[in-house]
Amino acid sequence: MKNVTIDVKHVTRVEGHGNISVRVEDGEITKLHLAIVESPRFFESFLRGRHYSEAPHITCRICGICSVAHTTATVNAMEAALEIEPSEQSVKLRKLIVFGEEMQSHILHVLFLAVPDFLGVGSVFPLAKTHPDVVRIALRLKRLSNDICGMVGGRHIHPIACHVGGLTHIPRDEELIDLKRRCEAARSDLEVVAETYARFNIPDLTRDTEYVCLKATGNGEYAFYNGNIVSTKDPKPTKVADYRKRIIEEVVQHSTAKHARSQRSPSYAVGALARFNNNYDELHPTAKKAAENLGLRPVNCNPFHNNTAQLVEVVHCLESAIELIDEILTRGLKVEPLRQPTKYGQGAGAVEAPRGILIHDFGVDSKGYIEGANLIIPTNQNLANIEADMRAYVPQLLESGLSKQEMTLQLEMLVRAYDPCISCSTHFLDVKWE
Amino acid sequence: MKPKIAIFSLTGCEGCSLAILELEDQLLDILEAVDIVNFREGMTERSWDIDIGFVDGAVSTPEDEKEVNEFREHSRTLVAIGACACIGGINTLKNHQPSSEYRTYVYGDNAEWFPTIDARPISAVVKVDYELPGCPMVKEELLRFVKCMLTTRPFRPPNHAVCVECKKQGNLCLYEKGIICLGPVTRAGCGAICPSFGSKCEGCRGIVSDEALAAAAVNLREQYDVPLDRVLADMRLYGAYQGKTLP
Repeated sequence: MKNVTIDVKHVTRVEGHGNISVRVEDGEITKLHLAIVESPRFFESFLRGRHYSEAPHITCRICGICSVAHTTATVNAMEAALEIEPSEQSVKLRKLIVFGEEMQSHILHVLFLAVPDFLGVGSVFPLAKTHPDVVRIALRLKRLSNDICGMVGGRHIHPIACHVGGLTHIPRDEELIDLKRRCEAARSDLEVVAETYARFNIPDLTRDTEYVCLKATGNGEYAFYNGNIVSTKDPKPTKVADYRKRIIEEVVQHSTAKHARSQRSPSYAVGALARFNNNYDELHPTAKKAAENLGLRPVNCNPFHNNTAQLVEVVHCLESAIELIDEILTRGLKVEPLRQPTKYGQGAGAVEAPRGILIHDFGVDSKGYIEGANLIIPTNQNLANIEADMRAYVPQLLESGLSKQEMTLQLEMLVRAYDPCISCSTHFLDVKWE
Repeated sequence: MKPKIAIFSLTGCEGCSLAILELEDQLLDILEAVDIVNFREGMTERSWDIDIGFVDGAVSTPEDEKEVNEFREHSRTLVAIGACACIGGINTLKNHQPSSEYRTYVYGDNAEWFPTIDARPISAVVKVDYELPGCPMVKEELLRFVKCMLTTRPFRPPNHAVCVECKKQGNLCLYEKGIICLGPVTRAGCGAICPSFGSKCEGCRGIVSDEALAAAAVNLREQYDVPLDRVLADMRLYGAYQGKTLP
């Protein structure tokens, strides 16, 4: 096939509105865009003038899928800006709710949004008839993840109890014990999921890529909650406060969407595969075993294996949640008042959202009101890399003689593999489309 | 015939669409009773023959305005879900800043590339048959709504303030701790979940009635000596478009 034009308006089974546009003339790619057509949101503008204490409840509304991540990034940034040292109890509860959200988001993505492609259907709904057991397991795992978030934060979508300075609610021991029991029972469910997934035919696209994520500082943890910025091409850690040295955001002429690059690469990837590639050593042994069974080894440069890495991370989060609940129970929980600011100023904080490193940066005035805000979103960081992958994948697809329809599906699957979260990416971005 | 359901999203976080998938325990039963025919976030197929269309998100761009008219045209019953669709939600915070200012702060010299209008609830643009408010929408309320639709019974939203549910939960009133809470003026139905988890009510389900607003204003001034401009600032978080002031 020498000439082909592919236009997908509103890619389905992703969060938010995006379009794929590819034109090949005489075997040459003459146009290739992933256009983001989601409405601009202006969060950075309207955060200004609001009190710092409201910020986590405002930024979580950027995204319904990763609202815990936004809450946590804001809390971390604000506590840096206001020089608040969170209590050990707060940190443990925050880590627990983050585990819950990683699991919920990955299960939603792998089992509800991506799996239909591998089984040749348009959505998860028909699978309720054809694969009822797997669908029931998927729903049970999702429910468990939501309940972990609900126990700590009150609910998964827009958590309530997570504030700057601490949490306004503590779970009861019985709730923790019950959830631990359910987590343990979920192990066999996850094994079934992994066995099912192992049978899927993962497309092969390997392109040398830089992977960026957080790395824990000395505590041996697989970093989700905090850490320094590292990459597979530049493993020397950079403090989150210096994020501008690592992440360069630019307006791109052809699409008007801000894309990100690093000092070393014109594009880079963030997300589960990035974490897996950089932090493999810190993975829970059970998750390492799962990775081995699924044939995933670091450094893996096939973006389709982001799905696989997500599954491995679900195992990691489940096992880590079980251990963390034990620690919390041993330590005991007590009601703590929110810790108060010791100064007002500027500060950045980060978290690994399900889709990758998320950085919030705030300036707070002497009365506690927000003066300025900058939010660096995982999906924005991935956009340039998705396009670079598409550019590499199209010639491969043309060569393999696929029909236009099959090529379109492959490109959609590639976009979906990144699990883009477009509501997030357009908290300040929009793309003007011809 | 099973009712044909569509789930649409305008400007927002899509959390309310997601909340539908969070009905994990009931989802399979619901799927027996309805056909989901159009849901971009969850499925590839898209049909425009729709009995009940659910819409989350606010109208915040010219494109949203066009789309919500389409949704209305193709849906026999149109339901606004979540704070953004019902009262404009958090998007309306931008309405308080001059548009040139909030656009330039984010986009700099390229501000004119990105069309935007004051954020509005969808009822400001098209006729809406039902509203399921909240940020996010309350799953249990959605379930109650679906049951009413399937059995052709009338659906009525709660018509009392969050305080009623908060008392039932046995929570200590946050005003007694010196915290300004919008429970007295906000429509119930959430089970007072925020005060139950130690946070003030932020009014995400909208103002319950003018009467509640009037009574609260007197009470807050006389019993708690609360500066009402603080209450107004809090009410703006989700409800800027409601345009209500404390009497």
